[in-house]
Amino acid sequence: MNSRTETLSETRTKRSEIREEYKRFIGRKFVFIFSSLILIFIIAGISTTLGSYPITVTEVYSIIWRGIFHNPETTKEIVVWNLRLPRIILGILAGVGLAIAGAMTQGILRNPLASPFTLGIASGAGFGAAIAILLSKGIVGGEYLIIGNAFIFSLIPTFIIVGLTRFRRATPETMILAGIAMMYIFSAATTLLMYFSEADAMKAAYFWMVGDLGRASWDALLPVSIVLVGCFFPLMWKAWDVNAMGAGDETAKSLGINVERSRIFIMTVSSFLTASIICFTGTIGFICLVAPHMSRMVIGGDNRFLIPASGLVGGALLLGCDTIARRIIAPVILPVGVVTSCLGGPLFLYLIMRRRREYW
Amino acid sequence: MMKLKVQDIEFSYASVPILKEVCIELAASEMLSVVGPNGAGKSTLIRCIDRILKPQRGIILLDERDIKELRLMELAKKMGYIPQSTSRVFPATVFDAVLMGRRPHLGWRASEKDIDKVLETLHMLHIEDLAMRDIDELSGGQLQKVFIARALAQDPDVLLLDEPTSNLDIKHQLEVMDIIKNIVREKGISAIMAIHDLNLASRYADRIIMMNSGKIFAAGNPDSVLTPDNIKQVYGVEATVNNNNGRPYIVPIRPVK
Repeated sequence: MNSRTETLSETRTKRSEIREEYKRFIGRKFVFIFSSLILIFIIAGISTTLGSYPITVTEVYSIIWRGIFHNPETTKEIVVWNLRLPRIILGILAGVGLAIAGAMTQGILRNPLASPFTLGIASGAGFGAAIAILLSKGIVGGEYLIIGNAFIFSLIPTFIIVGLTRFRRATPETMILAGIAMMYIFSAATTLLMYFSEADAMKAAYFWMVGDLGRASWDALLPVSIVLVGCFFPLMWKAWDVNAMGAGDETAKSLGINVERSRIFIMTVSSFLTASIICFTGTIGFICLVAPHMSRMVIGGDNRFLIPASGLVGGALLLGCDTIARRIIAPVILPVGVVTSCLGGPLFLYLIMRRRREYW
Repeated sequence: MMKLKVQDIEFSYASVPILKEVCIELAASEMLSVVGPNGAGKSTLIRCIDRILKPQRGIILLDERDIKELRLMELAKKMGYIPQSTSRVFPATVFDAVLMGRRPHLGWRASEKDIDKVLETLHMLHIEDLAMRDIDELSGGQLQKVFIARALAQDPDVLLLDEPTSNLDIKHQLEVMDIIKNIVREKGISAIMAIHDLNLASRYADRIIMMNSGKIFAAGNPDSVLTPDNIKQVYGVEATVNNNNGRPYIVPIRPVK
């Protein structure tokens, strides 16, 4: 009798120990998410004060504060409000959106190399932008034509893949292969287009594809933030489904999930999010591949936490890279796409080499 | 009343028939083993019953209700599926993997009740010490227990197992089979398992179904199904069948030329 009570209380202590440990495990994820948020604010604060036009830290903050109530008038105010802030905010929003889309695409395709770009989005957008750039020389509103065209063409591969799943089941393999095929088709079409175009237009089209935050304006921020918020919640709602898919399609189905429908839904939302961003920024590629991996290394693969965490890491990363891109060989401003890959690549390699456990 | 009735199920992959006119009845708290050579349709049958695959013809009744009329989440509260331990898994802690079994029951947040259920299940399978380990670091036997724990966390009435002992050493084979047997006895859960090892099937199952090329060849208690004649016809193997504590024990001798 006595020994039985003992084992019973032993069981109880063990259980509360595991419960505590699990709570700490969840707590650590919140800490990471919160720290990434703080990091974004710090980088944004520093970034606003940097630039070829000298403005001190205190000036910047008082300008931001005054600007909330008044239209910018002095040169300093215009520099901060019309040049630096939109660029910084777009950098954050784009980083967040691309990283979230990347995390979800990797999850549904169960592939560490996947990103929305694997599904042909970037090549579609590049082709759309190239058409607009090469045809719109001298036409008023050319910029809007580029944005609109890039947006529409970037979604074409997605629609084709969704269409194909009517004939073939929506397995990760089918979708990745279809995406790669799409990538080749659109890249070839773009090359063909460039082959017959003038040098100036070709340069413009090429630089569009590298990705740059230089075209940021308040006009771009509104649609991007609406789409970001509109996509974030449905993706968070599907986080459990993606977790279950990680255990294999069969297990996910046995847990009551309509795997194929979920996969197509998540792919479509992620693609839409990516398209809405890259039509303003060009194809900034690296963030959506790397930010989710960095977050997984720290907090693991639970998508309920991975979605916000990779978003914030992506935001911090893109903003950090853009700050460097603006300052490193000032007054020349590099396109951020170059910096994300040049700095992000080695950083990512370093993290892969020194990781202690398999996280994927 | 029968817990589960499978009536005239037919399934084919791209016009290659895999299952033909399969009928099964399963009582509450019964353990049914499905045996047969490779490609006999054992795994396909298990998957059809859990609606992972959709049979082209036939009806599956769970508690007298056609499972086609159940929503997927409803079905997931009644049936648990346990894949082979060879399935590729993605890193996640054991706790999170088992918590996934609560998916059909929870909204978006996992409540204290769900966490309690996970702890209880881990305790039942004696894998509490693994709780915060990553599942990709586990051995095949440990992983199989995690899969069973996940299915049990679903609170199902019926467990479907796809070769739960393949890849396990003999100790883990017995442990896993004992766990399943106890669950069936104590919780009144019914189990259907596809299994290759005829002697494990014989030792643990209440009833055995022997399949051959998509059809049921023989069904009944182990004694009536596991006969030298049936084994010869279905597997093409000559075997002697000994009596071992009241259960048939199969010793394969040579393949039939």
